[in-house]
Amino acid sequence: MVSTAKFWREQASRYNLEGTHCLTCGSYFFPPRIVCPKCRRDGNIERYQFKGTGDVVTYTTVYQAPQNPNRQTPYTLATIKLDEGPRLLSEVICEPEEIGTGMRVRSVFRKIGEEGARGMIYYGTKFVLA
Amino acid sequence: MREVAIIGAGSTKFGELWEKSFRDISVEAGLRAIGDAGISGEEIDALYGGNMSAGRFIEQEHIGALIADYAGLTGLHIPATRVEAACASGALALHLAVLSVASGWYDFVIAAGVEKMTDVDSDIADDLLASSVDREWEAICGATLPSLFAQMARAHMERYHTTSEQMAKVAAKNHANAIHNPYAQFRRAISAEAVLNSPLVADPLHMLDCSSIADGAAAVVLCAADKAKAYTDSPVYVKASAQASDTISLHDRRDVTAMDATIFASKKAYQTASLEPSQIDVAEVHDSYTIAEILAIEDLGFFNKGEGGIATGEGQTEIGGRIAINPSGGLKACGHPLGATGIRQAVEITQQLRGEAGKRQVPNAEVGLTHNIGGTGGTAIVHIFTS
Ligand SMILES: [Zn+2]
Repeated sequence: MVSTAKFWREQASRYNLEGTHCLTCGSYFFPPRIVCPKCRRDGNIERYQFKGTGDVVTYTTVYQAPQNPNRQTPYTLATIKLDEGPRLLSEVICEPEEIGTGMRVRSVFRKIGEEGARGMIYYGTKFVLA
Repeated sequence: MREVAIIGAGSTKFGELWEKSFRDISVEAGLRAIGDAGISGEEIDALYGGNMSAGRFIEQEHIGALIADYAGLTGLHIPATRVEAACASGALALHLAVLSVASGWYDFVIAAGVEKMTDVDSDIADDLLASSVDREWEAICGATLPSLFAQMARAHMERYHTTSEQMAKVAAKNHANAIHNPYAQFRRAISAEAVLNSPLVADPLHMLDCSSIADGAAAVVLCAADKAKAYTDSPVYVKASAQASDTISLHDRRDVTAMDATIFASKKAYQTASLEPSQIDVAEVHDSYTIAEILAIEDLGFFNKGEGGIATGEGQTEIGGRIAINPSGGLKACGHPLGATGIRQAVEITQQLRGEAGKRQVPNAEVGLTHNIGGTGGTAIVHIFTS
C-alpha cells in the first residue's frame, strides 16, 4: 500500500484530475509534467484541471492480482484518452461485459483504499461508462 | 572501436531452485562460462552483472562486489558493477560489457545476469514485477504487469484480428522447443488448447500465456575479437549492441500495439551490423507474455505490423520455419528470472551459432539476434551475433 506522504504529495492529481498544460505548444499532461517533451526548456507550464471525460482506448478485466484488501478481483481496467489529449490508466466501475473500445467514460470520485481499520482512507478518481 | 567476441557461455538450470542461494547460482553460471572460455581468473579485467531487484527479493544490494567475492576474484580487485533496467537488466550488462571491450578499455570482461525470485512468496514477486512499470500512475491504479500486456493484446486483436489461438500457439511452440533444452524450467509439451483452457489472469491472457517466476543465472565471457581465436575455434562475434528507451507508462505510448523502443533499438542494430531483418536465422525474443512475442517479431522487422499472429499460426516461427524464434523455449518455457534472461538469450544464440544446440539446433544458423525488454517496453536492448 502507498505511504501517506507519497499519497498526499499527489493528492491534487488523484482527487481532482489535476495535470499540466504547456502554453507554448498547447499539449496537456496527466499526471503533471514540469518538462514539456516537445518544447523542453522553451515550454511554459501551468496547472490544469481536466474535465474528466474521454474514450476507452483498450481495456482488460483482471482476474488474478497480488492480494490487496482494497481491490477485489475481478475488476476492469482501461487505458483512457481524455478529451484534452493525454491518456491515463484507470479502473472502470462496470461489469466485465459492459465495456468496449471507443466507449465514452467519465471520472468519478471514489474511495480507492485504506490503511488498516483506523488508518487513513484514500480517495481518488475512477471512471464509469458515460 | 574494436570488434568484440563471445568466447565462453554458461547457465544454471532455471526454475524453483530452493536448495541454491543467489550467490550459489551466480557463481555456478560464472564458472561454467569461464570454464567454457578456458581463461584463468587473472585474465579477467571486469565484471558486469544484470539484476533487477535483489534488494527486494533477497534484501541484498551491492551485488557486484558480492558476485566477484564468491566467484573467487576478491584478490584481483577487479571492477564489478551491478546494472538495472528491470527485466532487461541482463542485456544491459551485456551491452555495457561490449562497450567496455569495444572501447579498448578492457580486454576480457564477464557479463552475467542473475535473479533469485523464489525466496519471497509469489504475491510479493508478482507485485515486484509491477515496479518495472509506473508504480505511481499504473500499479497504484490497479495495473499488474499481465494486465498491461492484456491491454496490448486486446488492441492488437481488435486492430489486426489476431486471435487467442495464435497467442496460444506461441506458448505451445516455445514449450515444444524447451523439451530439448536441459536448462529450461518446463520441459514438457503443452497444447494450444491447454493454454486456452487455463484460467484467465487478465482477459484475454490466460495463465499459460504468461512466463513464470524462476531462479536462474547465466554468464558470457567477452574479449577483443582479435584475441578470440587463441581461446576458441568457434568465437561468436557481437555485430551490434543497441539500447533504446520509451515512456515508462504503457498509456503514454504512441501506439499500444507496437514497442517503439524495440523498433529504435533494432533499427540501430541492423544499421550497425549492415544486416537486414531477413538475414537473421535465429532469434531469442522477449516472450514474457505470448502477445509480447507477436509484437516483438513485428517490431524487429521479421514480419509486417499486424501479421505476427498469422505467421505464428502458420508455423513460420518454428525451428525449420522462415525464422526460428525462441528455440530455447523462450521466457515462456525456460522461466523468466528477470535479470538473468538477457544473458540466457545470448548463451542460447552462442550455442546455436556454434552448432552445439543438439535437438533444438536451427539448421545452418549463422546470424542470431537477441531482444530483451524492461517492463512493458520502457527499455529494449537488441544484440546481433554472427559465427
Ligand atoms: Zn510544449
